[in-house]
Amino acid sequence: MKRSLSWTETLITVIIRTCGYSAVVFVLLIFFFLLRQGVPALAEVKLGNLFSTRWYPIEDHFGILPLITGSIIVTVVAMLIAIPFGIGTAVFLAELAPRWLREILKPLVELLGGLPSVVLGFLGILVLAPYLRTLLNIPTGLTALAGGLLLGGIAVPTTVSIAEDALDAVPQSYREGALAMGATRWQTIWRVTLPAARSGVLTALMLGIGRTIGETMAVMMVTGNAPVLAVKLGSIFSPVRTMTATIAAEMGEVANGSTYYHVLFFIGLVLFVISLIVNIIASSVVFKSRKRAERVLS
Amino acid sequence: MRFLRVGIIFLFFFLAACGSGATQSPSTTQVSAYIQNKGSDTLVNLALAWAEKYQAENPAVSISVTGGGSGTGIAALINGTVDLANASRKIEPGEASQLKAKGKDPVEFIVARDAIAVIVNPTNPVSQLTLQQISDIYSGKINNWSQVGGKDLPVVRLSREVNSGTHVYFRDTVIRLGQKGNTTLFATDTLLLPSSEGIVSELRQNPDAIGYDGLGYVPKDLKVIAVAKDANSPYVLPSAKTANNKTYAIARDLYMYTAGQPSGAIKKYLDWILTPEAQQIVEQLGFVPLQK
Repeated sequence: MKRSLSWTETLITVIIRTCGYSAVVFVLLIFFFLLRQGVPALAEVKLGNLFSTRWYPIEDHFGILPLITGSIIVTVVAMLIAIPFGIGTAVFLAELAPRWLREILKPLVELLGGLPSVVLGFLGILVLAPYLRTLLNIPTGLTALAGGLLLGGIAVPTTVSIAEDALDAVPQSYREGALAMGATRWQTIWRVTLPAARSGVLTALMLGIGRTIGETMAVMMVTGNAPVLAVKLGSIFSPVRTMTATIAAEMGEVANGSTYYHVLFFIGLVLFVISLIVNIIASSVVFKSRKRAERVLS
Repeated sequence: MRFLRVGIIFLFFFLAACGSGATQSPSTTQVSAYIQNKGSDTLVNLALAWAEKYQAENPAVSISVTGGGSGTGIAALINGTVDLANASRKIEPGEASQLKAKGKDPVEFIVARDAIAVIVNPTNPVSQLTLQQISDIYSGKINNWSQVGGKDLPVVRLSREVNSGTHVYFRDTVIRLGQKGNTTLFATDTLLLPSSEGIVSELRQNPDAIGYDGLGYVPKDLKVIAVAKDANSPYVLPSAKTANNKTYAIARDLYMYTAGQPSGAIKKYLDWILTPEAQQIVEQLGFVPLQK
């Protein structure tokens, strides 16, 4: 049976398609803008200078390695907190908590996710950093650890909210099947529910990482912003400077089109590429798991 | 259901937050002149105080003051978005030529003086340092307080961000001891904090920390270090008096810049800033007034 689409449907299709493509177009436009502003840095600054360990841009020391390692170390600490706490909370909410408790807890967790990071930054600078200093007996509390803890806290609500939705979407029959086979509750969660919701949980973690590596304000307030190369394990307990904090703190000062300006955009480009890599890895893992799930369930 | 709950929670917070809020009625005075004033964070409180007083006396003039740093203010002056740029350092030759390229000469006005205080936690027994010692601390040669007569504790260096005029002035005057061609840098592990408040709150709770900031921003509960120009000079505490008679080593002029000779409302405002009445405000805010 043939049916021609009415013009309203055609219009709606066009609008929806435009929305879909626009996301891709915006990302590409941003990428090209970053390339145009950032790539000149490679020509203007010697590579030996750009990949050195000294960041003092107002006198042409443009070493961005300390900034890259700073961002990475803070993100790693944050994920070490956000992954167990995020998944743990999501599992509790989806699998173990009674209905009424979940109805209260989930909106509260989401409310936590809506807290402006600058507010958390205040908490970090006035409560967390002094506490860490006395607790660990380190010279200053403004460290990668403080930044990581705070960012972990920022990433947890995002992770919990999405991971819980994914777990909730797992059909009840899976759990019933597992329990009927004699599996314990823990075995059901660990072997059946979590693997079935794997792609959603991974998406949650990736969004959490994305939020962490791009976070600026809270990090700028609590990490001390000292551009030290953070490659030792002890670097967790010393101040670091992240890429985002550098861009935020210094962008206001630079003259448009100067070398310094191009280097800041180059840092933005590095940040963009890092998020891109994280996303590509994540989506490839998600894709793989889906194929396996299909194989198992068919 | 969930949205409703979130809504109710929000409503509670909102009501709690609004309970003490007061409403302000908009001014109905006719405004004939707007002055945009932007720049140095060191100067921002002073500029605000001036603007408030001046507007109270001249309701026809509206002055908006924003901070952001000396470089930010001068950049805005070059881009033509402000009338007056506040700076805690002299305009750099590069900036001046950028402005000249737009057909305007920078005109400089010294509006006040400022002393930079070196500050530590009140529990720190060290109370005096020479410029050379402070330089060695910040460049990373001195890493323990016992090297300058204090306790056996590591030194935690605090500084303002690189886009702060105070940072540049401190680097040139203290770390490089005012010597041209000296390229000593801050130690890499110096904490660069984005605000005066960040420095103050860290100094308040950290007995190992040393920081610096404009004398006008030093709270009473922190300890100010007496500074000597060299080992043979007397140790001097910063104050309005010692900054004016130049016995204190780390003091400087504060500037306002205009693009081209000012005229009209801007000129009147600048003239007023130099009157004793306006300079009295300078003193109240912990800076150093000009005529004395």
